[in-house]
Amino acid sequence: MTAPTQLTQLNATDLAARLAARDVSAREVVDTYLDRIAAVDGVVAEGEVWSAKPADALSPDEPHAYLAVTAAAARAHADDIDARRTAGVELGPLAGVPLALKDVLTMRGAPTTCGSRMLEGWVPPYDATVTERLRAADVVVLGKTNMDEFAMGSSTENSAFGATRNPWDLDRVPGGSSGGSAAAVAGLLAPLAIGTDTGGSIRQPAALTGLVGAKPTYGTMSRYGLVAFASSLDQAGPFARTVEDAARLQAATWGHDPRDATSVPGAVPDLLSGLTDGVAGMRIGVVRELQGEGYEPGVEAVFAAALDRLSDLGAEIVEVSLPHAAYGLPAYYLIAPSEASSNLARFDGVRYGLRVDAATAEEMNAATRAAGFGPEVKRRIMIGTHALSSGYYDAYYLQASKVRTLIAEDFRAAFDDVDALVSPTSPSVAFRLGDKTADPMAMYLNDVATVPASLAGIPALSLPAGLAPAPDDDASALPVGLQVMAPLKRDEVMYRLGYALEQATGFAALPTGPRAVTTQEVS
Amino acid sequence: MPESTWLPEGWELVVGLEVHVELHTTTKMWCGCGTEFGDDPNTNVCPVCTGQPGALPVPNARAIEDATLLGLAIGGSVAERCWFHRKNYFYPDLAKNYQISQYDVPLIHDGHLDVEVELSDGSVQTRRVGIERLHMEEDTGKSLHVGDTGRLHGADRSLIDYNRCGIPLLEIVSHPDIRDPETAQAYLRELQAIVRAVDVSDARMDQGSIRCDANVSVRRPGEPLGTRTEIKNLNSVRSLGRAIAFEATRQVAVLEDGGTIRMETRHWDEGRGVTETLRVKESVTDYRYFPDPDLVAVTSPPAQVEAVRARLPELPAQTRARLLAAGVAREQAVALVGSDALRVFDDAVAAGADAVAAARWLTGDVAGQLAAAELELSDSGLTGAHVAELIALIDDGTLSTKLARQVVAGVIESRGAHTPAAVAKAQGLEQVSDEGELRGIVEQVVADNARTVEDIRGGNEKAIGALVGQVMKATRGQADPRTTNELLRELIG
Repeated sequence: MTAPTQLTQLNATDLAARLAARDVSAREVVDTYLDRIAAVDGVVAEGEVWSAKPADALSPDEPHAYLAVTAAAARAHADDIDARRTAGVELGPLAGVPLALKDVLTMRGAPTTCGSRMLEGWVPPYDATVTERLRAADVVVLGKTNMDEFAMGSSTENSAFGATRNPWDLDRVPGGSSGGSAAAVAGLLAPLAIGTDTGGSIRQPAALTGLVGAKPTYGTMSRYGLVAFASSLDQAGPFARTVEDAARLQAATWGHDPRDATSVPGAVPDLLSGLTDGVAGMRIGVVRELQGEGYEPGVEAVFAAALDRLSDLGAEIVEVSLPHAAYGLPAYYLIAPSEASSNLARFDGVRYGLRVDAATAEEMNAATRAAGFGPEVKRRIMIGTHALSSGYYDAYYLQASKVRTLIAEDFRAAFDDVDALVSPTSPSVAFRLGDKTADPMAMYLNDVATVPASLAGIPALSLPAGLAPAPDDDASALPVGLQVMAPLKRDEVMYRLGYALEQATGFAALPTGPRAVTTQEVS
Repeated sequence: MPESTWLPEGWELVVGLEVHVELHTTTKMWCGCGTEFGDDPNTNVCPVCTGQPGALPVPNARAIEDATLLGLAIGGSVAERCWFHRKNYFYPDLAKNYQISQYDVPLIHDGHLDVEVELSDGSVQTRRVGIERLHMEEDTGKSLHVGDTGRLHGADRSLIDYNRCGIPLLEIVSHPDIRDPETAQAYLRELQAIVRAVDVSDARMDQGSIRCDANVSVRRPGEPLGTRTEIKNLNSVRSLGRAIAFEATRQVAVLEDGGTIRMETRHWDEGRGVTETLRVKESVTDYRYFPDPDLVAVTSPPAQVEAVRARLPELPAQTRARLLAAGVAREQAVALVGSDALRVFDDAVAAGADAVAAARWLTGDVAGQLAAAELELSDSGLTGAHVAELIALIDDGTLSTKLARQVVAGVIESRGAHTPAAVAKAQGLEQVSDEGELRGIVEQVVADNARTVEDIRGGNEKAIGALVGQVMKATRGQADPRTTNELLRELIG
């Protein structure tokens, strides 16, 4: 019998092994996690689907990773897995491992809110492909995680249901927009999570919470059932405590989907067979434009040490230039809002979600959208509407699209020379709640290192490279992420590099510090 | 030269048409929902076509192929690569609040139709109308506004049926090459005929599977184009012609009065025969078109286009030529081409019927009876074999023309379950042409009408008609008129 504390500290691969050996049942694992969620996360543990407490009732000690916990369904799924295992049915490699699902992916029987009042109470009539594949892999969904409204944000403070807190320091943000998924895995509230990444929304929170997070090659993770923010950029991906766990979760969920017209046809590479092959002889490019000004010294120091480690492992480190990378952020903040302005037009009060009644259809649309969307969403709808307007289209949307093509060409040229590229994932460690909410530009700069890969569609992964103090607290020690970028459809390369560095770094994923979420077992 | 002489001297009419064709694919453009017309509201819907959050469109390959086929049939060129764009505007029956359409590169460009217009002197002139483009898009849902005016504004509540939402739709835009209502009507009829010949749509105006808007302006010949108005709610080929004529006359009157034409959308009121302002286009609506990031480019390599071209059937112009060569009257040939009746006609001829007779029956009595019964030919059960059998029964003297009409009615009434021969037999409609049987009746009539017989013998040839009438009465119309006449003349001497 494994003690509960140890159980929630196990990574997914080890947990799956215990489950397969029948050391522990899927039901025991689920119950252990549900108990911990009920004890620390700030949910009302009642009924089949537990809800998070209202924002004003949350305590500063509660991470608020989950918006809804599908307790009854999770227990039922776990019992079903146990029954099949007992009957001798062969199960998948992650069978019985729990997972937290970002609230932007649809799942029957549970609300999907996208962190917005607009969709409060909406229960989708269908499962996302990712949700279906998780179910097919017998990964047990524990619940839906908090996020910046419609995935727009870098701190999870834009959720209409209250901010999520960083398990390393509950006064700091977990990053965003997939901050709830990151906090769930870092806070030992789930061993795995699925997030979505449009401009860095998996990688940046992974970096700020000491996790591995990956954005697969665009088109390899089905977007069917992923409520769109920016369709040409959105991609779901894994959060995990180890590189191997992340690779296993991606392997269980990716691959062609006929329901997504942008899905890449054909087979996807094997992420696991070459995972431990190491980096000896690998040429790794350091992106000149993704370092220096704007990056915290602590981040740069950890990054430099990681490069030394890679060099020690036999990799050749070279500097590489992506000449147009500097234009990535402005291009991203035109393309993504443009697509969002159209994608979010369907929230009009007619078919689902919020409706604010008014005398005419137009007034009802306007009143619903005024009440349902938060300020950041409105800001981006307005930017996007403007960028697509006749007379401005060429100067904004079209110009940004050209920059996007140039950035993709920069990457292609770079990958002619090197096997993979690296950079810090985020220019900063986790910042304090409220620090950047008044300054949208400061918030957008969080994405400076992650948007180039998004625009090019290439796979990218963040893994913890060490700890650094925050600029506002010399005594603090917060995680720093290193980003690995690989050529299109070569996701296995980033995992291989990440695995080698992870083994050499020996990073312990558990949050520490005076304001870390308690890792003590709850009585 | 324009045929119409109704516009005042010194004015020229300029018309361009936008025709929408709903494809009759089994499934919708972006999802697997059915497309049946008239199903209960919101029964052919799914997360995709109702615009549920997270749902994604996947193109219907068959719809793209059908659009290509029609594009080739109208003489168009197929773009090797084209894209879908989003046309953004808010309307409750547009589930996503954007319509997936095409923008700068349509699937088909630069086609044309050669349409035949009959002039008042009876001669036929062929006119070419250029087609700018054919592009693919999706249909919207249908709004039903309850209370007050029945329109969106002022309605108590609105109900929306999303069954039609996402049905593949083609928009075919002509150049402003049309100079008179007759050509506009001929263009629409020809396009409808082509659509039916390539079998990509039912093309029924009454069900909205083909819809036409007209852009109408007038000018002094040689001057630049005048300001145009767009006429909507044209529910038949006839209303297209009437609306254009009304609108042109209205515009000329306004201009001659020193006024100006506003760029606006006008609604054709069929009952009152007028166009009325629907909405004024103060500025061009900004639809914020941009490439749909949920979809990838549509590619049509030349080999694929040629494979589609090989599927082109006989087109209406070719069919008309074939019918005329077979001796069918032009008016009947025109009526047959592009109607369901063509297939029945071809089947009848294949079953041995005389082409001229088959065309006459189908465009005449059959069409008349179907119209009276408000029945479509396809729903009537009448087949080519029936028509061939009917004509054979007439040719061998079993049926008179008059009886044949009753037989047609009987076949239709049984929805094709009974053949003409069976109907004739069951209803006792065969002609009495057996001389032995008829002779006795004629002898009786001659005996009973001695005075009339005397008249005839006295030289009043016409009076024989009265005796024929008596024979018909006695046989309840089934006497063969020719045999009756011969017998009467023989007996009267």
